[in-house]
Amino acid sequence: MTMTTAAAAAGQIGRARYGSISRGRRRALFWSYFFLILFVIFFLTPPVYMFITSLKSSAEISAATNPWWVYHPTLSNYIDLLTQNQFLIFFRNSAIVSICVVSITMVVSIFAAFALARMRFWGSATLATGVFLTYLIPESLLFIPLFKTFAYIHDKTGIELINHWWVLIILYPTLTVPFATWLMIGYFSSIPKELDEAALIDGAGYIQMLTRIFIPVAIPGIIAAMIFSFTVSWANFLYPLAFTTSADQLVLPVGIVTTLIRGDVYAWGQIMTGALLGAAPPLIIYAFLMDYYISGLTAGATKG
Amino acid sequence: MAQVALRNIVKMFDRTPAVQGIDLDISDREFIVLVGPSGCGKSTTLRMIAGLEEATSGEIYIGDQLVNDVPPKDRDIAMVFQNYALYPHMTVFENMSFGLRLKKFPKPEIRERVQAAARILDITNLLDRRPKQLSGGQRQRVAMGRAIVRNPKVFLFDEPLSNLDAKLRVQMRTEIKKIHQTVTTTTVYVTHDQVEAMTLADRVVIMNGGRIDQIGSPHEVYHKPRTQFVAGFIGSPTMNFLPCRLVENGAGLTVRLSDWLALPVPPSREARYRPRVGQEMIFGLRPEHIREGRGDMPPGSAAFDARLDVVEPMGMETMVYFIVDGVEVCGRVDPAAAGNVGESMRLVADLNQMHLIDPRTEVVI
Amino acid sequence: MADVVARDIRIPARSGQLSLHKFARRKSTIAFLMALPLIAIIACLVIYPAFYSIHLASLNKSMTKFVGFGNFEFLFRRNTFWMVVEQSLLFAITAVIFKAVVGFIVAHFVHNLPSQGQRKWRGMLLIPWVIPPAMSTLAWLWLFDPSYSAFNWVFTHLGIPQVAWLGNPYWARFCVILVNIWVGSPFFMIMYLAALKSVPEQLHEAAAIDGANWFQKIWYINLPMMRNIIQITALFSLIVTFANFDIVKILTNGGPVDQTHVFATWAFTLAIWGNDIPLGASVSLFMAPILAIAAFFILRNVRRRGNEA
Ligand SMILES: Nc1ncnc2c1ncn2[C@@H]1O[C@H](COP(=O)(O)OP(=O)(O)OP(=O)(O)O)[C@@H](O)[C@H]1O
Ligand SMILES: [Mg+2]
Repeated sequence: MTMTTAAAAAGQIGRARYGSISRGRRRALFWSYFFLILFVIFFLTPPVYMFITSLKSSAEISAATNPWWVYHPTLSNYIDLLTQNQFLIFFRNSAIVSICVVSITMVVSIFAAFALARMRFWGSATLATGVFLTYLIPESLLFIPLFKTFAYIHDKTGIELINHWWVLIILYPTLTVPFATWLMIGYFSSIPKELDEAALIDGAGYIQMLTRIFIPVAIPGIIAAMIFSFTVSWANFLYPLAFTTSADQLVLPVGIVTTLIRGDVYAWGQIMTGALLGAAPPLIIYAFLMDYYISGLTAGATKG
Repeated sequence: MAQVALRNIVKMFDRTPAVQGIDLDISDREFIVLVGPSGCGKSTTLRMIAGLEEATSGEIYIGDQLVNDVPPKDRDIAMVFQNYALYPHMTVFENMSFGLRLKKFPKPEIRERVQAAARILDITNLLDRRPKQLSGGQRQRVAMGRAIVRNPKVFLFDEPLSNLDAKLRVQMRTEIKKIHQTVTTTTVYVTHDQVEAMTLADRVVIMNGGRIDQIGSPHEVYHKPRTQFVAGFIGSPTMNFLPCRLVENGAGLTVRLSDWLALPVPPSREARYRPRVGQEMIFGLRPEHIREGRGDMPPGSAAFDARLDVVEPMGMETMVYFIVDGVEVCGRVDPAAAGNVGESMRLVADLNQMHLIDPRTEVVI
Repeated sequence: MADVVARDIRIPARSGQLSLHKFARRKSTIAFLMALPLIAIIACLVIYPAFYSIHLASLNKSMTKFVGFGNFEFLFRRNTFWMVVEQSLLFAITAVIFKAVVGFIVAHFVHNLPSQGQRKWRGMLLIPWVIPPAMSTLAWLWLFDPSYSAFNWVFTHLGIPQVAWLGNPYWARFCVILVNIWVGSPFFMIMYLAALKSVPEQLHEAAAIDGANWFQKIWYINLPMMRNIIQITALFSLIVTFANFDIVKILTNGGPVDQTHVFATWAFTLAIWGNDIPLGASVSLFMAPILAIAAFFILRNVRRRGNEA
């Protein structure tokens, strides 16, 4: 008798608490969504505002209407930019530089990472640490001596390295190679050692081991490293600003900033359109390959 | 097909020795199992045969050829790893044929060989799958298929079954045995599971601390262990070891285990033990040789009463534990005859199976 | 028969094959060659310039004369230099703290969501990190525009006085930090989210059974478990923020009257526009000690993580 009442009471308490747990969870969920929406508004305001402005004519931009709304949407900014020779040159320069940098980076870093992760040689452990440290050296520390060195090379050999877009192909690997190598070392180290031993017994040499086992197995890491190299070389601003000046030698970010801002006259409609188009390639890649992007981001900072 | 010989093999990792002088002759078509506790150098020995580690000193022969300086791919061996090491981006067919493709075998022959191996292993329907789509046992078969396809001189296995669950392990064990009967390639098999060792091996090699303690057939290592280590390692539950004193008493020799327990040495052993009379020794007897007291007493056995400390029913039999001078002793008895904890029970020790061990050298006399 | 076969094999084996030892030596030679392009890039384009900039910093403006610490003495006497030091530190420290806090909070909110929905939110919240900073800073510049600021339009409608965003030194600093936070906090969010996912759910359940509330769970379980990642991320971000160039360059270009310059932008102005490369190099070298300290701690943390794993 007493036992049954106790059990019933316990059941009631249990049920009551159960209810409160789910109610508490629902409340937590509500507040999570509430604050996340606020943060998303904060995070997405600039790109959305870019897009809004890009659809406006200059007249509408300078009118005192609601800046957050487009009353007379027009594609004229897009048409202007995309038919403008200069903008297409920026785009071409950026594209060639990025593709070349990605290719160079991947070749250099895959070979180096394989050597460092698997083959070992005298000083290889130090080199691996060194790679990580050079990745931490920012370009704002290097551009002055590099600038001076390039000027010096010109004085001595007559090869003009400054004010050519292709010089960026030499410069950007300083930013991409250490990180990509670091990332690839991490991915290669996570491949079980038995796999190379099996390949060794099967009769593979080191190059075959790399091309037929490691590269296919590490494809996700390679994609992450490629995305990273592309994003970095597409987005860099300091090097092209310091090393290129003529309008036909500029890449996209610098081109938009320096040619669309003429003195104090800002063609905001075109600037925002240009910025949006300049942001488009990384955004598109991100939209399709988000998981690789994120895995590269988190692995790069933490893998030892 | 080939024999394998190791001559005084030593392996040092930096300064620490992993293998300290191993001599081993493996004849053609033999199935050799290396067993021993973790870290005793089994894998290192196997990897030296494979060429994945370089021997610090000593000589390794495969066939008649000295292979110390031969890289793994030219040793004509095949190895099966504990985690299978299947290439994750290749299908089963590609995995099995990888070695042949690297050696530029003609396509039809590759297909033929893979098919033949797949038939032996019963994996013909899996050839287009990737390792991810296979169960543990299937992966195990593919790993063996990869070895068989190459038709090597020697198979090397490094704990190939330890990633499988208990039931599958037993099944695959039988399978490996069958395959060896079909393919009859010289095999070196590493395991730390003594049941695997006993069931598979033509000869068992028991390693301890980088050395070989004993080489012998499963029957030999069970019945005639050379050292205390081997005696304790083989058999489950492990052999009981008790400090004792060998004494002479009128009728013959007796092993004094404690104030209340002394067991007579059977006449067949007297000659062997007589020189040790009066010495402190270690007495060894397997649990299966301590049974319940029945009506008849076979010659060479002795009955005694013991107070049971722990009783563990296992179904087919019951383990009983009692204490002799602070040392727990285990016996295996018929469940029907087993007493209760705290009660005294009559037990019979089969002393024809006893061992005496010299405590200083740890060698079985 | 077997003997014949064995002998047949033995002959090429003995004469033609490399010994294992030579094999190993050749292996390390191949490995070195494979790493050579990397070594060349690091040596020529990172190590050499880093040391060259020390040399440059010791020359006079026309780079004809060695002046030792002359450039540094000159800098120490200039007010602008001390302002740049102060601002760089202020920017970096404030921005990193806020990025970490925002990232931590947002990561927890995202982690709270049912797992099917997380991907979508994570995807939206990382967008600021994906847009090239130069491009997004342009959007901020337009949002802060003195005559058409979209923020001021909202303020006017809410009855709040307008703000001279980039015209007033204090507001300009605020804007630079704000944009910095906007760009950087998604990175923290992603890192923290990854760390949160690695905290075993049983720990939270165990803590709940022990009677811990929501805040105690974060304080006693999440924070300690994530400590290493929090440190590594913050140090990484400290380096990136401290050496940041794009945001200040585009948003204020150091103005009004040098009130928002940081090391990178001031060095750029001096070296490339002012044509005083040695002075620019001296300024940029002041970043080195802070970067070195941060790098040291990152390396230590990463190593420790490696050991734990
Ligand atoms: N690469 C290595 N470097 C240094 N020491 C090693 C290395 N490989 C093995 N050892 C050491 O050599 C000894 C023998 O190792 P081995 O792997 O042969 O043991 P094992 O008998 O296979 O053990 P297990 O049953 O755990 O696999 C161990 O003490 C181990 O720590
Ligand atoms: Mg082992």
